[in-house]
Amino acid sequence: MIELTGIRKAFNQGRHNEYWALSGIDLAIPDQRVTALRGPSGSGKTTLLTILGCLARPTEGRVRLKDEDISGLPERFLTEIRRRTFGFIFQQFNLIRGLSALENIILPAYPTGQPRQALLEKAEALLAGVDLGQRRDAQVEWLSGGEQQRVAICRALINDPEILIADEPTANLDTKLSKEFLGILEKLADQGRTIVLTSHDPLVVDSAVVDFVVTLRDGRIVDAK
Amino acid sequence: MRPANLALIVFASAIGAFALSFADAARLRAQSESASAETARLVERLGLTDPALFTEARYTRHPTQADLQSAFQDHPVAFEHFPTGSLVPPPAGILNAYENLDRKTAAPD
Amino acid sequence: MPMKTWIEKQRHLIDFTLASLARRKAKNLGLLFIYTLLVFVLASVALYAHALRTEAQKVLASSPEIVLQRLVAGRHDLIPPGYLEQIGQNVRLRGVQKMEGRLWGYYYDSVVKANYTFMAPRDMQIPRGEIIVGPALERSRGLAAGNGISFRSYSGELHTFIVAEVLPQTSELVSADLVLMHEEDFRAFFKYPEGHWTDIAMSVANPQEVRNVAIKLLSTLPDSRPILRDEVLRTYASIFDWREGLMLALLSAAILAFGIFAWEKAAGLSAEERREIGILKAIGWETGDVIKMKFWEGLLVSLLAFLLGYVAAYLHVFHLDAMIFEPVLKGWAVLYPRFTLPPHIDGLQIATLFFFTVFPYTAAVLVPIWRAATTDPDTVMRS
Ligand SMILES: Nc1ncnc2c1ncn2[C@@H]1O[C@H](COP(=O)(O)OP(=O)(O)O)[C@@H](O)[C@H]1O
Ligand SMILES: [Mg+2]
Repeated sequence: MIELTGIRKAFNQGRHNEYWALSGIDLAIPDQRVTALRGPSGSGKTTLLTILGCLARPTEGRVRLKDEDISGLPERFLTEIRRRTFGFIFQQFNLIRGLSALENIILPAYPTGQPRQALLEKAEALLAGVDLGQRRDAQVEWLSGGEQQRVAICRALINDPEILIADEPTANLDTKLSKEFLGILEKLADQGRTIVLTSHDPLVVDSAVVDFVVTLRDGRIVDAK
Repeated sequence: MRPANLALIVFASAIGAFALSFADAARLRAQSESASAETARLVERLGLTDPALFTEARYTRHPTQADLQSAFQDHPVAFEHFPTGSLVPPPAGILNAYENLDRKTAAPD
Repeated sequence: MPMKTWIEKQRHLIDFTLASLARRKAKNLGLLFIYTLLVFVLASVALYAHALRTEAQKVLASSPEIVLQRLVAGRHDLIPPGYLEQIGQNVRLRGVQKMEGRLWGYYYDSVVKANYTFMAPRDMQIPRGEIIVGPALERSRGLAAGNGISFRSYSGELHTFIVAEVLPQTSELVSADLVLMHEEDFRAFFKYPEGHWTDIAMSVANPQEVRNVAIKLLSTLPDSRPILRDEVLRTYASIFDWREGLMLALLSAAILAFGIFAWEKAAGLSAEERREIGILKAIGWETGDVIKMKFWEGLLVSLLAFLLGYVAAYLHVFHLDAMIFEPVLKGWAVLYPRFTLPPHIDGLQIATLFFFTVFPYTAAVLVPIWRAATTDPDTVMRS
């Protein structure tokens, strides 16, 4: 359970181009549910995700993760929490070029120092789970957009995170691939993972997989259901 | 093969070769010991003062035995190919030690 | 963190850094090659100069403690008859064990256009009419024991000698151009005045006394010039230092050029690399992990360059007789002495080379990473 209270986020604070992307967010993300953040472009969805996922710190307000206040933790601890608790699926996938699908998937586990063989086996199982087993050794830049996203999903799962975070997961996919993504999302939700995603794609936001929809506008929550 | 293992093999061989070079050096030194000793004996017997490296001109064959006014040595410690050959002057400590062997300062003229 | 996990983690980091290097294979192999070449050249120069210096010092350590020259009008002149005896009478020289006149001089052989050193050794029984020659003469004039050879003396007469023996090749470093003969032959050949000597060699038992003896000689015989063995050794140290320095000075331009190249390569972080660092941090790598990963890159490249360059230099200098740099370091000569140097290696020199090849490059790799790796990871959400 992630609890946000009084979250405000300023960019370029104190300078002439100071900009408040979030101005007062109170939000609780329920465990083992799929929560979707919706809102027009520039409303602060991505910014909110970075704060939820410990990628960035709020300018004001508190973040509680499993009843522990993590807003004041130093960078090192935050990184470890991020690695253990969160898996990220970025809008641009952000895979590392030149590495194979398998190698990309095991990257987040490098700092843990687990044996390579065990990691590779786990990655293979994950790839098989998204029907991509046959492309395991392909360099990621040769994969199609949909395949790249599935590799990115596997990478997000390698450390077995409780919480998955996905920013605009279907923005770069056509309708057919978006539907396939929803299928995968459903499987993950069934595994009991907490999922937070942003989207303004009605196909996602209105789908049955999504349990809660939070609507943002100008850095504030205007609707939650 | 896993890149790290490949690196391990490459580095193990390179470090091995590095270590081997020192062992080889010790072997060659030991091998040449008798030749060096023989050379030293010849030097002693003939009273040689210079290696036969620079035989192209009379005054370079025995740089240490050259005339005082030749290209090598006016200054008491300027043992050099050319007087301007070195970038820095000899240290004062050496200079003092050699000064009383320099005829110009030893004999008050 | 347990040792095993730590090691596995470093191996992961090495995996990653090698995979990144492999992505620009040609460029990075090129860098490694040039880097290795530079170490090779520097190490060759250092190894060769040090070995030659050490060997020269070693064999010359048994040369006479003092060589006494006489000067006339500030020029090297012959030791006149009675001079030796005068030293014995007038100077009470404590510690001088042996004192003897030497006979040696130069002969220019116009056939091979080289200078020989003619010498009449005192304690060697060479029959009249015979000579012992250095190995370089064996090569350049095709001499062997039993052959005859004629030299035209400075007075125009032709003198013929029989080669009794060739000096061993192992001592060529000091004996390449020697022609040893009987004292009478020497005097006859050069028309060397009877009773005169070229200079005087003295052996002094106690090293501490050498300087005092020399000072005493100077004050009693103001026309003498003592040359101490210390000075001889130091002369050679500085000659080889000088040659090594000359070589390094020539190389310094290359070193600088490489420095700029390496800095450009290592310190300039491409947008791609910057993006990757952001990704790694976002997916759970700590700043320290990123820095360690880059540290491995710098260390592996520079260490490999050092090891390969050094081993190649070792083989080049001590197994291939330093064929590339020999002329610069050894000097040019018509009678080129052929000798293999025993590998005297200066550990400190090698350690210095190690430090200056590995440390700056690794640091150059790390500096920009430090800055990039401490930026916030949320930027990757917006690429
Ligand atoms: N690093 C930044 N510096 C300045 N402004 C930023 C930065 N990141 C985001 N913003 C601004 O914050 C606002 C919210 O951005 P974002 O959270 O990405 O919106 P969304 O994901 O809903 O489209 C936008 O107006 C954007 O321009
Ligand atoms: Mg966004």
